This record gives sequence, C-alpha cells and structure tokens, in this order.
Amino acid sequence: MTPLDPPKKLTRKDFVSDQEVRWCPGCGDYAIVAAIQRVLPKLGSTRENTVFVSGIGCSSRFPYYMNTYGFHTIHGRAPALATGVKLANPELDVWVITGDGDGLSIGGNHFLHLLRRNVNLQIILFNNRIYGLTKGQYSPTSLVGKKSPSTPLGSIDSPVTPAAFALGSGARFVSRAIDVDVKNLTAVLTRAHEFKGTGLIEVFQNCPVFNDGAFSHFTERATATETQLHLVHGEPMIFGKERDRGLRLRPGTLQIEVVTIGENGITEADILVHDETNRAQAFLLAGLEPPHFPVALGVLFAAPAPAFEEALLDQNRQAVELRGAGDIDALLRKGHTWTVGDDS
Amino acid sequence: MDTFASQSAERESLESVVIRFAGDSGDGMQLTGTQFTQSTALMGNDLATFPDFPAEIRAPAGTTFGVSGFQIHFASRDIMTPGDAPDVLVAMNPAALKVNLPELKVGGMLLVNTGAFTAGNLKKAGYKENPLDGDELAPYRVLKLDISKLTLASVEPFELSTKEALRSKNMWTLGLVMWMFDRERGETVAWLEKKFAKKPEIAQANIAALNAGHAYGETAEFPQGIGCYTVPKADLEAGTYRNITGNEATAWGVVAGAKLAAIRPVLGSYPITPASTILHTLANLKEHGVVTFQAEDEIAAVCAAIGASYAGSLGLTSTSGPGVALKAEAIGLAVATELPLLIIDVQRGGPSTGLPTKTEQSDLLQAVYGRNGDCPLPVIAAQTPGDCFYMAIEAIRLAVKYMTPVMLLTDGALANSAEPWKIPSFSDFEPFPAQFRTDPEGFQPFLRDPETLARVWPKPGTPGTEHRIGGIEKDYDSGNISYDPDNHHKMTKVRAAKVAQIADDVPAQTVDQGDPEGDLLVVGWGSTYGAISQAVSACRAAGLKVSHAHIRYISPLPRGLGELLKSFKHVLIPEMNNGMLIKLLRAEFLVDAQGLNKIAGQPFKVSEIEAAIRSYLSNEPSE
Repeated sequence: MTPLDPPKKLTRKDFVSDQEVRWCPGCGDYAIVAAIQRVLPKLGSTRENTVFVSGIGCSSRFPYYMNTYGFHTIHGRAPALATGVKLANPELDVWVITGDGDGLSIGGNHFLHLLRRNVNLQIILFNNRIYGLTKGQYSPTSLVGKKSPSTPLGSIDSPVTPAAFALGSGARFVSRAIDVDVKNLTAVLTRAHEFKGTGLIEVFQNCPVFNDGAFSHFTERATATETQLHLVHGEPMIFGKERDRGLRLRPGTLQIEVVTIGENGITEADILVHDETNRAQAFLLAGLEPPHFPVALGVLFAAPAPAFEEALLDQNRQAVELRGAGDIDALLRKGHTWTVGDDS
Repeated sequence: MDTFASQSAERESLESVVIRFAGDSGDGMQLTGTQFTQSTALMGNDLATFPDFPAEIRAPAGTTFGVSGFQIHFASRDIMTPGDAPDVLVAMNPAALKVNLPELKVGGMLLVNTGAFTAGNLKKAGYKENPLDGDELAPYRVLKLDISKLTLASVEPFELSTKEALRSKNMWTLGLVMWMFDRERGETVAWLEKKFAKKPEIAQANIAALNAGHAYGETAEFPQGIGCYTVPKADLEAGTYRNITGNEATAWGVVAGAKLAAIRPVLGSYPITPASTILHTLANLKEHGVVTFQAEDEIAAVCAAIGASYAGSLGLTSTSGPGVALKAEAIGLAVATELPLLIIDVQRGGPSTGLPTKTEQSDLLQAVYGRNGDCPLPVIAAQTPGDCFYMAIEAIRLAVKYMTPVMLLTDGALANSAEPWKIPSFSDFEPFPAQFRTDPEGFQPFLRDPETLARVWPKPGTPGTEHRIGGIEKDYDSGNISYDPDNHHKMTKVRAAKVAQIADDVPAQTVDQGDPEGDLLVVGWGSTYGAISQAVSACRAAGLKVSHAHIRYISPLPRGLGELLKSFKHVLIPEMNNGMLIKLLRAEFLVDAQGLNKIAGQPFKVSEIEAAIRSYLSNEPSE
C-alpha cells in the first residue's frame, strides 16, 4: 500500500481466522465471536493493532478465531499478561477474554487488580456459571445447590456477582449483555471500546452441554420485557411490556423496589433516573435478581479516570525531562568512585 | 591482624583486617558498616563485606535474634571474601556479644559498649552474670567503654531527648573505629548532611558524635594491646573503581543489556527478600526507559513481563526461590511460546519461607528442572557482586538471541555484599540488537533460524504478521495448534536442542586457578567463588596439587567441562545446599564427585574449604 491508496475498508471477514471453531454446537460463544467480528470494523479497528489475550477455558479459545494478534495464556492470568502488553505498547487495542472460572476463581486476584488499576483495555467475562472445558464442575458463579460432578449433592457456597465484585474492586466501567442479544451486546462492546480505562463486559453466556438454560429465566424472549431492564444514562429505569413498571428507592431506605406507574399515586417522576457515574446506584442495580426484580443490562457504571499505563509511562517521560535521557557510563559512575593508577 | 603493638605515635601497618560491627537492629549497624566501607574504599584498600541482619524489621530490642551485624574485610592485597573470623568485634549490647563472641579470633580486639550492659539487657541476652566481669573475655584484648554515656555527652549542646541523642552512638563508635584504622570522615560527614538535610540539628548531632569518637581515640589512654593501625592501599588494577552490591550490579546490568539489545526493559516484580532492591533500583532509573510494574503477586509479575515481551519489549522479573515456584507455570508458557524473558532469582534459605534474609544456593535444581513438562531454559549464575552486571547482560543476550526465558541465579550473599568494582566502559560492550520479523512474506510465528533454532519475533502493531500463540503445542510448520503425536515429539526435541546448543555460544570451561589436571579439582558455582578461590590459593601455596573451576553456565553446561573433570583424580564440589550441582555433574559426566555442603544460611569460610581440601589430599599417597 502506498500513502496515496485509500485505507481498505475492513469487513467482518477480515477478522475471521482460518482456524476451525471447536466450540460445542449451540454454544453461546459463537454469538459472541460473531458480534465482535462484526463490531470491530465499525469501531475502526485494524487487524495489526488488535490483540486478544485469553486465559484457559472454553471461552479462552477465542483468540484463535480472530485474524488479529492473539495470546492464549495460562489459567486466570490473562489480565496480568494483557497489562504487560499495554506497558510495552499502550497504542495496542487489547481485549481480554475470560470466563467465570478463569476470571473469578483462579484469576480473581488479577481481575480485581486490573479493574482497580484501570488499564486501558476491554475485558469480556463469559459467564456461563459452570466449568465447561473440565466437564461440568460448578463455578464461582453457580447458584447454591448446583449439582455437578464435583458437587453431587449440590454446591453449598454462595456465588459471586461479577458486576458487584467489579464495582467493589474499583472498576470504572461495568456493563452487562446477553450472548444472543446482538443489538445490546454490540452496544456495550462499542461503549466499552470507547471508554478510556478498563471496560468490563459481562456476557450471560449459555452452555448448552453442562448448564443449559442457566439464564433462561430472564433471557427468554417471550418474557424479556418483564425480566430485563435496559439501562440508558439519563433515562428513567422503566421496563415491562406496557412500559409501566419502574424502579425507585423505597422511601427512607437504600433499597430498590419495583413500582407500577399509575398505581398508588406513582408517576414517571418518581422513577429513578439512571446515572451511570453513580457507583452506589450501580451496586444496587448489580444485585437485582429475578423473580422480584428485572436483571439490569447495559452500562451499569462508567466513570472515566486516567489509564494506568499512561500515568506510569508519563513518569518515565517526566524522569527524562527532569534528569535527561539516561546514560549508562554516567550511571555506573554515580556516587563515590576512586581511581587507581594511571587511568587517563 | 597478626600482632598488636601497644599504643604509640606510629601507626602499625597491617596487611588485612576483618571488623564486625554488631548491635541491636535499632543500633544502626548496617549504616555504620556501609559508611566504614565507603571510607575504606576511598582509602584504596581491596575489600569485601557481609551484612547479616534479622528477618524481623524491628525485632524486640536487646534480644539475640534481633542482632544485626556487618562484617568488612579490607586489605592491602587482593581479597575475595568478607573474611572468616573477625579480628575486631564491636559489640553494642550483650546480645551482640553473645551471638558474635564465638566467632572472634583468639587474641582479637573486642570493643564493647558497657552502657548497654544493664541487668535487663543481660537477661534478654541470656546472660546470668555480666560477661564483662568474668573470665570469659580473657582471651581477647578488650576495650570497655560506656559509649552510651560518651555519646550523650558529645551531643549535649543539641538538646535532644535522651532517646534521640542515643541514636548517635553508632556514629560515635564509627568515629572511634575510623581513628583506629586511619579512615577519613569527610564522606560520612557529607552523607549525614545530605541524609538529614531537613533536620540539620540531627545531622549536626551525628557529626558531633562521629568527631567525638574520633577525638576520643586521639586523646584517650588505651589499655595494653589496643592501638592504632593503618592498612596500606591495595595494589589494584589501574582504573576507576566504585563499591557495588550484587543487586545494584544486576539492576544496572539489566539497563545496560536492554540498551545493547535496543529494546525497552519492562520489569514485573513483587516485593520479596532479598530481591526487592533490584525492583527499587530499577524503579529509580526511569530516565533510562526502564518500565517497572509492582504487580499484585509473583505470578502477575512474570505474566506482565511475558506480555511485554510478546509486545516487543524485554520482559523481566526479579524474585527469590518462593517466587520462582509461583512463577513456574508462566515460565513454562514463555518456554512454549519461545519468548525472551529474564528471570532473576536471588536465592535465599529454603524450603518454603525458610531463611528469608540468609543466603543459600538451593534453587539450582528448581531453576534447571522446576517446571511441568520437558521445559528447558538456560540457567546462568553470577559469582561475585560485580559479576552480576556482566551476567545480567549475558542473560539478556541469550534471551533475545535464542528467543527463550533465561534464569539468572544470584543469592542473598551477592545481593547485599559490596566489593570494589572496576567500572567498565559501556562502549566496550558489543551490541546485540533484537531482530523483529516485519516481513509478511512466508510468515508463520514459529519459523526458525536454522542456526540458532530461535523462532521469529513478530511484534503486535506490525501489519501482515498477525498470529496467535499460546501454551498449547504448536505445529512445527504452521505454528497452529497441533495435537499430533509426532509433532509434539519433534517440538520437544527442537526446544531442547535450541537450549543445548547454546553451549557453543558461551565460553568453554577452564580452570580459574591451577593446572588443568592434577589430584583435586574444586568445582563451584555462584557466590562461593571467593572462598573457594582463596582456599585453593592457600593450598597451592602449600604445594598441594589442587585446582579451581567455577561454573557460570549451569544449563547448558559449558563445553570442555567433562574433559576437565576427568583430568583430576578427585572432584570436590562445595555448595551451600544439600548437593545439587553435584547431581547435575554426576548425571551429565558420570563423575564420582564428592560434595562439601554447608546449609547454615551463611557463606563458606575460606578455612572450611581449605580444611576439606587438606583432608582430601592428606589421604593421598605422595608421588
């Protein structure tokens, strides 16, 4: 390509690698990889500047299917490795791919620290509430009572709510989408990519083999309007087929309740307006669960702050400004030295 | 110190002296030792130091486990170790006396601070009776001074609290010892002024104490056997010198090596004793383009380094044995993906937490073998504090040239010990710029250089060389995932061959001292260099047919080593572990080597190695 050639407009196909996809038929991962392959050209991404970094698990096979740079690393450590990639070259557009076991169990520590540091990258958490690749053990997001090969009598430990964990870790961007909901998944992927800092996208992903229907109580299309709340910054939090139900703070408490507009004197003015810069509100939204509440989807929280790697590399620039570019001979002669004999 | 004249106007000239400063952790013994070292270096002596301090940050005052020591050996000749037994012991309290007296040479000089020999301190040290009153000190030349009281008097004008004033007693002591051994105070004065720039009264009080200690030496009448001495300049090779510790040298070697490789060093590290000062040093060299990242744990530290290498920087991580254990899986990833990576292991006593502040060489087998799978990587070891600089550069050269993780072994003794170091000129080093693959034509990520067997290094951001790598086995020809049995066999073999043939690219093994054949070859590696060298030197002077070879390249072992081992009747391998190099050498060369193992958290004494050599050769029939 010469400088006069117009840049080639990339399409979905440019981001599809030649590798045969090895996920199970019907896996939610197919929808997610397709959504990303479609959205990348729209975001203006280039193949050479894009890097997918994953851990271990079904979802972590993802990089092999992207015709970009990719690194399939070790279990739980993708956030740490991706941080290193950004320290070496902050210009790279990095996506971390992880799952509920990879990101929240073995890699929980790195997940926390990535989020609080606010490294400028996107992290997609494929949450299917199960260990798929190791054949079906319960995961840290499995609900209590989950029967699995390792918990034949049912699991007994409380699950973690990824969005709440992320908010508690100091994450600056927390969003959620459903694997097959292309429109909303694309929207949060776009927002996370625009966000300067760590953009977390939790995707509720169905595992048809080991945990089929784990999220169907709120993902079923027939009932979606009643079980899903799609958040829009600055708009009242209204849902329902008739658009007549909403969330408000129960007076005198820090609890959210569902109210019906037009009943008991409730008007639209009583409904909470989504403020995505409000961390406390985001916490409340992260905890909403059916059957009493809809599941909050979209951008729960977005509050920009300086990216970690930029602040870190800025210290290097400042050091050069202050001390001048380093010189090895001067370094070795810094401090006390003495000369023996004729060293002219 | 062989003889001691009584005090006279003339200073007695000594060839070498070993002084140990010992006191409570809070007594400032490390600072005292460091300042005495700086002054000694400027006097032109050769020297070696050994700081020995407790793992506890503030161990209970007055206890034996809270004793902190700093030993310096300085001489008018070439020396390599911090010395075996001290000629002079400075004991700032009863616990310091109790811990260190057994080491003091019979006839050696003992300076005690009687002011700290209170009933409480004696009890904490486990003394039922005051040792200053009994016969226990009879074999030594004892100088009893109430340093606490003398210090308080010297800083009286500054109107400090008693507690603050007593903090200067290390400087008073330093002043006296500097007078005794004819050292200049100027550098210490300048250092105090700088250190306490914001508290000038503290700086002045310390300087007053330092001067008062010195003046005390000039004016006081000392008992028989206590005198003043001088140690003439050593005959060092011409050049500009500085003091350097192993960890400083390692950090500076990293900066130099990365510059020679023309890439940015990115350090991922997690604080761990005794490696942390490498992180600290590099964090303060940002103007050299060093990126330092204090990660959340050891695993994140090495993973960030691997990510940086993948993206075209030089990833490195500094740690100690427990950290290497945690990093093992990630190091395997770097072996599998064939990325350059430098792992610096500053070894300490193990297993588990072991002896964090004490030295040991017990990570050798972990370094060579401690990963899942067939997972070879080059392992090299520095032998002196100054050698850490050269070996860090060498590690980077190998990592970049062969696209492999490289383990650099140092240890706690090298890390903290100082030695005079002839400063090299950076322009004398041959650059080895990293080569990145930018040509998309015929590209696949595991294309190999037919000579080095190194794979190509394509850097994200480069159009046309997009690729995916990972820990799953790769196809030899395409670099794609492969579960093919024959391919795995082939890839395992090529990874091993790549590392094995590095032996052709490093110096062949030679003897460091002595003939290339004879009765006994003493083989060492790492920080035992100085002790072995001096022991062999002494034995050779006594006519024994003993030689010394020191291995800096542990894996692969250097060419010529096998022949060398077979050229001696006996092979003795001193190691600060329960026998590790010996296993490698026996396995590799079928040599019936014998071990000399010290696993005490302390370096070998020259005398210990000398005794082993002599006992070995005394059984030999003379020819």
